[in-house]
Amino acid sequence: MEHKNYKAINQSVRKKDSMQLLLGKPVYTDDITSDDALVVKLLRSPHANAIVQDINVTIAKKVPGVVDIYTWKDVPKQRFEIAGQTYPEPSPYDRLIIDRHVRFSGDIVAIIAAETEKAANKAMKLIKVKYEVLEPVLDFHTAKDNPILVHPEEDWAQYCPVGGDNKRNLVSTEFHADGDVEAILSDCDIVIDHKYHTKAYNQAMMETFRTYCEMDRYGRLHVISSTQIVFHARRILSQALGIPKSRIRVEKPRIGGGFGAKQTAVSEVYPAFVTLKTGRPCELIFTREECFIGGCPRHEMEIHVRLGASKDGIIRAIDFHALSNSGAYGEHGPTTVGLTGTKSIPMYTSNLEAYRFDCEVVYTNTVSAGAYRGYGATQGLFAVESAVNELAEKLHIDPTSIRDKNMVKEGMVMPAYYGETANACALDRCLDHCRRIFNWEEKYPVRDMGNGKVRTAGVAMAMQGSCISNLDVGSATVKLNEDGGYNLLIGAADMGTGCDTILSQMVAESMGCSVDNVAVFGADTDASPYDSGSYASSTTYITGMAVYKACESLKKRMCAIAAEMLDCNVDELAFEDGQVIRLGTDTTVSPVDITYKAQCNSNLVAEATESHASPVSPPPYMVGMVEIELDKLTGKVDILDYKAVVDCGIPINPALARVQTEGGIVQGIGHTLMENVTFNRFNRPAESSFLQYKIPTRLDMGKLRVEFEHSYEPTGPFGAKSIGEIVINTPGPAIAHAIYRATGVWHRELPITPEQIALSKPEE
Amino acid sequence: MEIKIKLNGKMVVDNIEADLLLIDFVRSHGCRSVKRGCESSNCGLCTVLMDGKPVLSCSVLAARADGHTVQTLEGLQEEASNFVGFIADQGADQCGFCNPGFVMNTISLLRENPDPTDDEIRAYLSGNLCRCTGYEGQLRGIRNYLNSRKD
Repeated sequence: MEHKNYKAINQSVRKKDSMQLLLGKPVYTDDITSDDALVVKLLRSPHANAIVQDINVTIAKKVPGVVDIYTWKDVPKQRFEIAGQTYPEPSPYDRLIIDRHVRFSGDIVAIIAAETEKAANKAMKLIKVKYEVLEPVLDFHTAKDNPILVHPEEDWAQYCPVGGDNKRNLVSTEFHADGDVEAILSDCDIVIDHKYHTKAYNQAMMETFRTYCEMDRYGRLHVISSTQIVFHARRILSQALGIPKSRIRVEKPRIGGGFGAKQTAVSEVYPAFVTLKTGRPCELIFTREECFIGGCPRHEMEIHVRLGASKDGIIRAIDFHALSNSGAYGEHGPTTVGLTGTKSIPMYTSNLEAYRFDCEVVYTNTVSAGAYRGYGATQGLFAVESAVNELAEKLHIDPTSIRDKNMVKEGMVMPAYYGETANACALDRCLDHCRRIFNWEEKYPVRDMGNGKVRTAGVAMAMQGSCISNLDVGSATVKLNEDGGYNLLIGAADMGTGCDTILSQMVAESMGCSVDNVAVFGADTDASPYDSGSYASSTTYITGMAVYKACESLKKRMCAIAAEMLDCNVDELAFEDGQVIRLGTDTTVSPVDITYKAQCNSNLVAEATESHASPVSPPPYMVGMVEIELDKLTGKVDILDYKAVVDCGIPINPALARVQTEGGIVQGIGHTLMENVTFNRFNRPAESSFLQYKIPTRLDMGKLRVEFEHSYEPTGPFGAKSIGEIVINTPGPAIAHAIYRATGVWHRELPITPEQIALSKPEE
Repeated sequence: MEIKIKLNGKMVVDNIEADLLLIDFVRSHGCRSVKRGCESSNCGLCTVLMDGKPVLSCSVLAARADGHTVQTLEGLQEEASNFVGFIADQGADQCGFCNPGFVMNTISLLRENPDPTDDEIRAYLSGNLCRCTGYEGQLRGIRNYLNSRKD
């Protein structure tokens, strides 16, 4: 393993924006926008499936302060999609800004623009709508080939061949396999065969969706939005509004959390439409309730796993079928489901003789799903890791030993992971390390505490990707400044993750300067070089490599400028320790001198821009172990201890990698024990506020401890892989495992509430 | 109706509507640190000090604050600066949207109890939600600050 002596890499430097954030400076969308912006509000359908027969806004428009109200009659008629994905998007073009056919309870019926929030809300109540109420499709098991179609329209379109068919309620289908699964399964001593169900969890980022729009000084549409995807948002707005991309500028200020929610243009098109119509600045801020009923939660999935093994615990075959509920629209439907298999099956590459993956993604008349940290891998890993735990318990083999035998190891080719080789894989060391710090031998046995409570433990492993290979692009511009510092311009979006800082660390390492001497800017479609955006765990790995390449180019450029200054051949020069040196001499040229030369009678610019895309997506790996205390009478589960060891290659900033991991684990604990999604009589999520949708507080998690095992990824910047998403994946299967140990019951649906535990009985 | 509030040391007189919430009042007077994260008094993002005690400004009518002293993070920069660097050292600011409310409540905690245990910190701040950090980094930061005072 290559392990260099870095100066700025692998250092826990503070985030560049930390003091601004901690001291409450005005840095978010609603802090920096015009006070006289119009307030935009959205009237939402109370029906899950209906046609707007008649809509009367005459009285509503008379409310003092109301500027205008728009309905389906007013908006462009070309369909578009709002998932932030590289063009042509796999997500179907199934949306209009406002459609006459409303497809979920919460779908948009009218856009209200008013001088004040009060006026907008008053007008909303006075809009008269007559609906033709239709029977909805609510159960995703019966959606495919249901006579009720969520998208019967003729102009539905999908520009990627991913198997969607709106006349069958299908968003997409996918199939891949290696070996003869049925033959191997029939030859196995034991087959674990179960279905696992996960729900439409809400990202619950603290800053709700929000977008501000105005016409800029050139008469262009200027959009300031809390988004992870400025460039995709610009394209989406152009498609939705029917105006050229060159007439649109999208920028993001600081973002109050995203977790994938803001990889979908949930709030952008409505205020943009208002500003185009009125010429006035306006802002749409989602209420928390709107985030629940009209956001873009995780795809609810049911995954059927058949896992075949020998009696000594050798895992020989995995048959995997995923059914995914995309809700009323198809955003991220075709892509999330793919990860369920590709990010779970390859973990058991060692002895796997065959696998089969197939999936169906269906439309239903429920809130449209979107991207959420983990992006399908979370659902797939809950299923596969639970099945592996069930196998171990059935065979009475220690569940960590069964993983020792079967896990993927460095150097292995992974047929279920696009045939990629695990070039950097410390999963075996992660498991050893975690067993040691968790004290697995002592905590795994069931211990009766004598007070109606039992203590025991569970385990899970995880993997993810580091980008979308052969597709997404990251870019960086690095500019030399007069003081010898550098500007870094990026189109990736720091949503609190700290990418602005870790990418600056890469510039500092490359250019031999301090991190403080790197000024970072992002993201703005007018100023940043093109970047797909911050999603798919890709920013460190993809944009990071673009930063590395831009620095290498800039060094060459600086050498060329220095060659003019020294009147020598550029071959005689090299960039070392932050300056240009003339090889074999004591002559050096400082970055300051190079800048001033580049500013005076020069034909060479002291900056460089590079892009990067990758043919591979090296997985990070992780092991999580949890100790719980379970009250057998009430079913209440307390997390006592959660230990995790992560292999994200070389962590660029260990403090930030650690906090990412801790935050992901606590989100996963929430999904597993308390965050439920049920539907009320209006077919809306009943859990539509933080009163009902309980995310963990600091009293709901035990002691967390996170450590790292380094590997060195040769295709990543400074050996780095990703960290952002993998960290949410272990709590579901690990906690479900511990609950089985405590109760003898496997819970194959999340969340596992105290009621479910208290009322459950062992299967046999 | 007319109200008078001493906001961050400055007397503010304003004519307001009776149903105006304190959060909207202070934001409209430049205190943009105060954030709204929910409509159900659950998240703690909008915490301000009224007469020195932490309140959720989304659940207090501005009219209720008439004649009272209100402080936001804009008015407590120095007191916050004593400890927030320790949280920054942990990388536990993350997205930052919950930070002002969390910092305000931490100020209140440390005024009431200058040497709290970890469990006392968790309990006092339990109403301050954070979706990014998993809370441990915030706790480590406060703990390191408390330890630094003892050295």
